[in-house]
Amino acid sequence: MKLRNLIFKEVWQRPTSMLTSLIAVTLGVMALVAIQNITIFSEEKINSDMESLGANVLVMPPDVTLQDYYASDLHGRTMPEEYVTRLALAQLSGVQNLAPKLCVATTVDGHEITLTGILPKNEFQKKSSWQGLDMLTSSVGTDRGCCATLANTDTDNSPESLARTRTIQELGEREVILGSDVASKLGVRRGGKLIVFEEEFDVLAVLPATGTIDDSRMFAHLHSVQALSGAGPVVNVIEIMACCDDAAGDLISDLSAELPEARVITIAQVVETQVAVNGLMSRLSWVFFSILLLVGAASIASVMYANVTERRKEIGTLMALGATRGFVTSLFLGKALLLGVTGGIGGFIAGTILAIILGPNLLGIQVAPVPQLLLIGLLSATAVALAASYLPARRAAGLDPCLVFNDA
Amino acid sequence: MYQLESVSQTYERRGNKIHALDNCSLTIPDNDFVAIVGPSGSGKTTLLSVLGGMLSPTSGDITLDGVALYELSLQERAALRNQKIGFVFQTFNLVPWLTACENVQIPMMLNGSDSREQRERALALLERVGLSDRTDHRPAELSQGQQQRVALARTLANNPQIILADEPTGNLDPETRKHAMNFLTEFHEDGRTIVMVTHDKETASYAQRSIQLVDGVPREVGPLQAA
Repeated sequence: MKLRNLIFKEVWQRPTSMLTSLIAVTLGVMALVAIQNITIFSEEKINSDMESLGANVLVMPPDVTLQDYYASDLHGRTMPEEYVTRLALAQLSGVQNLAPKLCVATTVDGHEITLTGILPKNEFQKKSSWQGLDMLTSSVGTDRGCCATLANTDTDNSPESLARTRTIQELGEREVILGSDVASKLGVRRGGKLIVFEEEFDVLAVLPATGTIDDSRMFAHLHSVQALSGAGPVVNVIEIMACCDDAAGDLISDLSAELPEARVITIAQVVETQVAVNGLMSRLSWVFFSILLLVGAASIASVMYANVTERRKEIGTLMALGATRGFVTSLFLGKALLLGVTGGIGGFIAGTILAIILGPNLLGIQVAPVPQLLLIGLLSATAVALAASYLPARRAAGLDPCLVFNDA
Repeated sequence: MYQLESVSQTYERRGNKIHALDNCSLTIPDNDFVAIVGPSGSGKTTLLSVLGGMLSPTSGDITLDGVALYELSLQERAALRNQKIGFVFQTFNLVPWLTACENVQIPMMLNGSDSREQRERALALLERVGLSDRTDHRPAELSQGQQQRVALARTLANNPQIILADEPTGNLDPETRKHAMNFLTEFHEDGRTIVMVTHDKETASYAQRSIQLVDGVPREVGPLQAA
């Protein structure tokens, strides 16, 4: 028999007194692990969404909200296409790409389809007034002072390019690009033909599935959509891909000054809000963790003090039989160590399970175990359990062994 | 051999001074069997605590085999108790959540003995006190007499030279009391020194000599006869 057997035996034989403390410690670690876990994966998702989003600044008609835009960019309100020219001529620092869009509803083969007009890059280059700006062909991190962290904006004519960067190099006036859902709905593949607004269009490409609204769209040249729908030279939105640093800085006020008639929204603002919420959750998790660990510490200290009082005779007997003060201290701290380790591991497992269940249901994110949180939970729970037990252990070690005698 | 020179122990309770031991001088040679008798509050348990190295006297010297007991550190005294002194208590003082065998193993565990050695010796000692069929029982599953026999086996765990017994038969019926005293006599015959506190004349009659404590002052009364 060793000291550890003595500790295990006691806890095994009399677990109830320790149960409340164990639950408090476990809950503390569980709260930390669950919230931190969700926060970490939520931030990862935001970063990945930002990267895949392409555009991070939107110019919209003044009475359109961001919610309208995300619900469907078929909000019906338009602004002049001339805004695109104005923005291009302004040569605002940080603007990497402009993508004007016009969405109209149409029927193709008896199916209701949203047709989105987009402007290929070669159209910008054709316009003499924009020649020489070189803005729309520059690559990331050039001497325009743009941030190097922005996603690659190099475009080609592949469907992936449109899906990723929202732009395409060339698009004929009678060519369409289909979202993956539309293509399967219409049963058309690349090279096929479609009748849109009583005109025959060639299917240039089918976009890969993106899981976004683009899957249910059909894309055609902006000027074709304007002409065939009778909308005239207007757009619903100008998506701008801007350097992150500029988007978070003066770019928005510069854009607003350039286009006071339009509404300029940076998605970074929305993302920043979400990041701030995540930060708040993260800080709150530490608050919960601290409060619950303090409750656990108080409970452990109380249980340990009660344990010392209850076991005075046993402790005295051990001392009479030759136990040193160090042995008695180790006996109590060993029990605290067991409590901390069990609470730390239990809290990590429970917190991870909770995060795995809540992550997809509440926030739509997939969550996986984070081993660093096990280390944090384990160390904190153990340190708290040991600290809370130190004084009771010292008190036990200081007991008078004479109390073992009959009339002591 | 114990040597007590002018040992006094004074307590102060509610402003009153109580002399538990009053200028007590005493010699207990090796292989002695002494009964300390006297009325309640006469200082018997105080004397046992002082002899056990658990209560530093107010004044006086105590030596065990020539070593001044209270000049040793707390740790050294704990080690000396573990190796040289065995205790028998009136209420047996077994750890309730350990088995009989594990209770006997405690002094050996404190001594740092190997787990297998501990168990083998504990089983042999339990066999010696007639409890080989109760080794895995917990105290609550044993009778009072059986519990005292486990406690006696535990006393012998580290083969101590001295046994200090505090009212060893106080909680036992006459028949069990006789068994317990026979074991203590056996241990004495093994060559051990036994100092036993009791207020029962019959129990005291097993000792070679008796010392009566009255108000902390010891007085040799010779061997007592059973009533």
